[in-house]
Amino acid sequence: MIMDMNTPLTKNIKPDRAFATLDNYLSTGGYEGLRIAIKELTPLDVQRAVKDAGLRGRGGAGFPTGLKWSFVPMGEDAPRPKYLVVNGDEMEPGAFKDRLLIERDPHQLVEGVIISAYAIEASMAYIFLRGEYHLGAQRMKQAIAEAYDRHYLGKNILGSDYSLELHVHTSAGRYICGEETALLNALEGKRANPRAKPPFPQISGLWGKPTVVNNVETLCNVPHILHYGVDWYQELGRGEDKGTKLFGASGRIKRPGLWELPMGTPIREILEVHAGGMQEGFRLRGFLPGGASTDFLLPEHLDVPMDYGAIEKAGSRIGTATMIILDDKTCPVAMVLNLEQFFAQESCGWCTPCRDGLPWVVSILQDILNGRGRMDDLDTLARHTRLLGPGNTYCALAPGAMGPLQSALKYFRADFERFIRQNTEGIGRMTTKNTKGFSLSAVEGGQ
Amino acid sequence: MPTIEIDGRSYEVEAGANLLSACLSQGLDLPYFCWHPCMGSVGSCRQCAVIQYRDAHDVQGRIVMSCMTPAADGARISIEAPEVKAFRAEILELLMTNHPHDCPVCEEGGECHLQDMTVMTGHTFRQYRGKKRTHRNQYLGPFIHHEMNRCIACYRCVRFYRDYAGGDDLGVFASHNHVYFGRHEDGVLENEFSGNLVEVCPTGVFTDKTLSEHYTRKWDLQAAPSVCVHCAVGCNISPGERYGKLRRVINRYHGEVNRYFLCDRGRFGYGFVNSDRRLRKAMIEKQPAVSGEAAQQRLSFLLAQQRGKVIGIGSPRASLEANFALRERLGADYFYAGFGVDEHPLITAIAEIMQSSCARIPTLREIEQSDAIFILGEDVTNTAPVMALAVRQAVRNASFEIADRLHIPRWQDEAVREAAQQEKSPLFIASCDRTRLDDVATATFRKAPDDLARLGFAVAHLIDPEAPAVTDLSEQERSEAEVIAGALKRAKRPLIVSGSGCGSLAVIQAAANVALALPEKAKALSLVVPECNSIGLAMMQGRLLNEAFQLASTGAVATVIVLENDLYRRAERVVVDRFLAEVEHVVVIDHIGHETAEQAELVLSAGTFAETEGTLVNYEGRAQRFFPVLAPADDIRSAWQWLSDAPGQTDWRHVDDVISALAQRLPRFQSCRDAAPFASFRITGMKIPRQPPRYSGRTAMRANITVSEPKAPDDSDSALAFSMEGAESARPPALNPGFWAPGWNSNQSVIKFQDEINGHLRGDDPGVRLIREAGRASWFREIPDAWRVLSDQWLLAPIRHIFGSEPLSALSAPLAERIPEPYLALNPDDASRLEVGEGESVELELLPQMERRVLTVRLSAELPAGVAGIPVGLPGLPGTAFWKAAKLGTIS
Repeated sequence: MIMDMNTPLTKNIKPDRAFATLDNYLSTGGYEGLRIAIKELTPLDVQRAVKDAGLRGRGGAGFPTGLKWSFVPMGEDAPRPKYLVVNGDEMEPGAFKDRLLIERDPHQLVEGVIISAYAIEASMAYIFLRGEYHLGAQRMKQAIAEAYDRHYLGKNILGSDYSLELHVHTSAGRYICGEETALLNALEGKRANPRAKPPFPQISGLWGKPTVVNNVETLCNVPHILHYGVDWYQELGRGEDKGTKLFGASGRIKRPGLWELPMGTPIREILEVHAGGMQEGFRLRGFLPGGASTDFLLPEHLDVPMDYGAIEKAGSRIGTATMIILDDKTCPVAMVLNLEQFFAQESCGWCTPCRDGLPWVVSILQDILNGRGRMDDLDTLARHTRLLGPGNTYCALAPGAMGPLQSALKYFRADFERFIRQNTEGIGRMTTKNTKGFSLSAVEGGQ
Repeated sequence: MPTIEIDGRSYEVEAGANLLSACLSQGLDLPYFCWHPCMGSVGSCRQCAVIQYRDAHDVQGRIVMSCMTPAADGARISIEAPEVKAFRAEILELLMTNHPHDCPVCEEGGECHLQDMTVMTGHTFRQYRGKKRTHRNQYLGPFIHHEMNRCIACYRCVRFYRDYAGGDDLGVFASHNHVYFGRHEDGVLENEFSGNLVEVCPTGVFTDKTLSEHYTRKWDLQAAPSVCVHCAVGCNISPGERYGKLRRVINRYHGEVNRYFLCDRGRFGYGFVNSDRRLRKAMIEKQPAVSGEAAQQRLSFLLAQQRGKVIGIGSPRASLEANFALRERLGADYFYAGFGVDEHPLITAIAEIMQSSCARIPTLREIEQSDAIFILGEDVTNTAPVMALAVRQAVRNASFEIADRLHIPRWQDEAVREAAQQEKSPLFIASCDRTRLDDVATATFRKAPDDLARLGFAVAHLIDPEAPAVTDLSEQERSEAEVIAGALKRAKRPLIVSGSGCGSLAVIQAAANVALALPEKAKALSLVVPECNSIGLAMMQGRLLNEAFQLASTGAVATVIVLENDLYRRAERVVVDRFLAEVEHVVVIDHIGHETAEQAELVLSAGTFAETEGTLVNYEGRAQRFFPVLAPADDIRSAWQWLSDAPGQTDWRHVDDVISALAQRLPRFQSCRDAAPFASFRITGMKIPRQPPRYSGRTAMRANITVSEPKAPDDSDSALAFSMEGAESARPPALNPGFWAPGWNSNQSVIKFQDEINGHLRGDDPGVRLIREAGRASWFREIPDAWRVLSDQWLLAPIRHIFGSEPLSALSAPLAERIPEPYLALNPDDASRLEVGEGESVELELLPQMERRVLTVRLSAELPAGVAGIPVGLPGLPGTAFWKAAKLGTIS
């Protein structure tokens, strides 16, 4: 039980790949948070609890959840219907944390959705799932049906005045659908282009109505905050930030996987204790701490705690907290090219810097790897990292894409230069074996 | 007004604007692509970046997109800061990575916004070494070329086509740098406003196919201020000429009328000017006259010989000057208006209502601001297309109110549309058949014309009990009327739209009653008439065509002068045949050949709008002057010249003399003198050149014949010159041939001529309103009985087509491709009663003449039972709606 209290998100998830049934879920205190919220608290009380708990968005940006909710117009005069939308479009390379929560403990998400929807007085909620998450969709639908049967969903939830409908929508599949406003457009059946902000979704979101979009993992925290209380939740964190978090690691480590650990767990502990350290014959050269759209960090940063502020101070972002490891046998230039190809491909094509800048970056990286690079290409790349930076583009896709590039230029410049110099010195073309060889494997591990 | 600081200087800017439009309004240059003055901001191209500073102490600032940032009081920005100039150059460089370097062979070259902006940002050196992405182009129909490789993905085409014009067959496909703007497959772009893509596209993706047929660079086109002659809206156009041929028509901004957009009929219907059917030589007894003078003498002879037995038939497609010259030459008693026999009472009634009603006649700009519209009996998209475009924008007023409540600026286009979703201002359409505005209507009602009128009368009575009531309303009619009346009453700026479209006087009167019933200051009425000078002609009060026919049958007509009119479009064939046989001498003054001209003894070749000067009065009573874009060749003269040049008749030397005489003779035309400055107008002693300052081809044009340039034709009729020399600035808008400003070679340069973005032209929008709302008006009281289906005959309701119902544009080859085959529209139940299906033939026995016609059936589920739709003016069908009823039968 003590162990469970430290890993609230995954306490029902067993290594045998089975999933938590409604009975399993209820047996560990499931839907207690909902009962407390609906029976004892007003929506604003729930907002306050989540705000006080210090829960921050687990989708990548880390925006305080309670604060996000507080921008929703409340009361009699608020525009209706209001919507809660779950962002389950987990398509960031290297990220597989939401999948675990969706597939293995679907009721936890359902409960999180209901409490959160109650907090903003939403009458309709959608779970927007990545298209490939077939199993997740199936299990979510089953869980939702069960929740309707038990009056956790539908009219007059648990005999209260509050009613909520919940639907699952599976995406047609674009990375950009993970951007919350592009997600809303996709949900409306439009092109998945992001929207200009302001107006923020809380003011004009789905179908132009007040809407909150929260990540799967974020919402999974909510039942526990309501059930066990703010103080308990705050104590879960080891550093600045509160609660626990799913941390992942992939790459050439001994045990790639996913672990629920307190916020503030040092990176070294995740990599060396939980992931078992590097595979034999490989050394750690760097890692993307928050997934594909975050800046590289180096072995010298291993003792940085996985806290929003600390990682930012080190020059990166906690992102989805699903780390990707760069080893000494993998070419960092090729790894960056692989990532940039992904981002260029996934650009929605709306704004110029992203649509036309990313393909240019890709073409330069290809030139460099294929022996056609020039030293001033590095300046052009550096120029792009500024040009495609925050504020210059329409959404965060391109600035995210520039994370690995700008940090690689900083930390692995010698690798870039080596390719270019070998070309300019006429030594001949480098082998480009690793260009395609680098793969982003997402392997689910045990606990 | 907010004050903002731009690069250290203070500017007063319009309230509520964004920084981009504020900067442009101040005359500052700031490059942009995705923004369009009347389509608002979406922030996609990132080209209009500026630096915004928090306060006087902030020296760093941050880059913002000026189109997406409100110009709030106290805002401090820089356009010129080196880092943001570099940013804009880099964005442009990105846009150019895939853009082909085909400017020399691209038809947009020389008026390409992308070229202009490239120069403006200073991007000159290409660093991108990669391959360019390539696309397949599509066949988009006879109007528009598609060259997708040039696309810079500004999204303006789809935003115009779908969001603004309501089209759905142009879209954006794929993603990242493969985004593709086109149709789902090759095919004709269906929207009536597709031609605007040519001007909306900032580069050469969509270009004018008709221009391509005889291509000339913008800088080699001679242009003139002109007015579209293809409907009664009176859109201002800028036709372009070279080598004596009209090459194209583009939009010429007018702050109250067409503003930025034309319809495809207006843009692509100019082909008749270059047509083989043009009458270029005067003809005497089907033989070319020895000279124009010889023909003139023949006319004088006829007029002198038969004084008192000469009548004239005017034309709603001829200018005031031409009609007036005919009226003046022969005397008012001998002047017949030349409207269709059926439409004469309708147009006259409309002109009468316009001149006597206390309802305001809104401009298109005002129509756009209406917050509830009731269209009664008019298919506006097909009769006055650009007015329909204005109605389509008006339904968005509800979304602006929603946006205001959410503090979303009205110019933030995507966000406003998102917030508003399907919320629209009320638009009710009552018509015989479906219309192209149905998709944005709150409700549509399909009825026979008499029932449409009854609905209108009932609405009027519900709004103002003083209005006569319809006593025998059915329950359904009452509830329909209540819905409409309720919405109109709640509106702040309601509008009633009707017209001669469905051929019913009662419908027009009912619409007038509704407008009159509206509260004081909210009475607004738009009445659509079919032709470019229908109102002007009606105001001249000519006699009925049928009276001419009657008079001729008594033998009292020896000579008829038919002015710019094909009588076979105006009355039934048998009647016209008889008339032309009864009249001894038929004289036709026209620019285009037609059946009436073929029977004329004397044909005098008149100029089209492209060769002559004249004044047209549009649907709102606005007199607007058009000027020749090319000097007339051969025997071509203005109609008024043919009529006045006869010795001793008048002392008219110039068109201004005709206008002055008109103003003097008919006081209601008094102010039409002010429609444009007279010929004596000069700017610092100079005339206004029709040719652009870079008319570089001038010296080469005839170099294969002789190196010496011929003297440019003299234009003593206007203040314009057939020259590239003259006044370049301070041109009055009515005399401005087109828009151009240094660094702004495309039509986007219009922003340099507006008093503020989307505002009026500096120096006043052209034209002058001849009609102001009057104080007096009385109710119309003749309410028709409910219409009853007759067992053995069908009521023929006119159906109008943007392509085909207007005769001049129908002669343009690309437009002719879009004209539907003649057909008869039938309700499916009626069709099955007759045992005919779609595409099968049906025989019409026209009443009362019992003339027989065979037409193909087109099913229209929305036509009321017992009403058959007959398309007006399609090949072989009457040009106006004088067929009223028919018996139908299958062909045995």
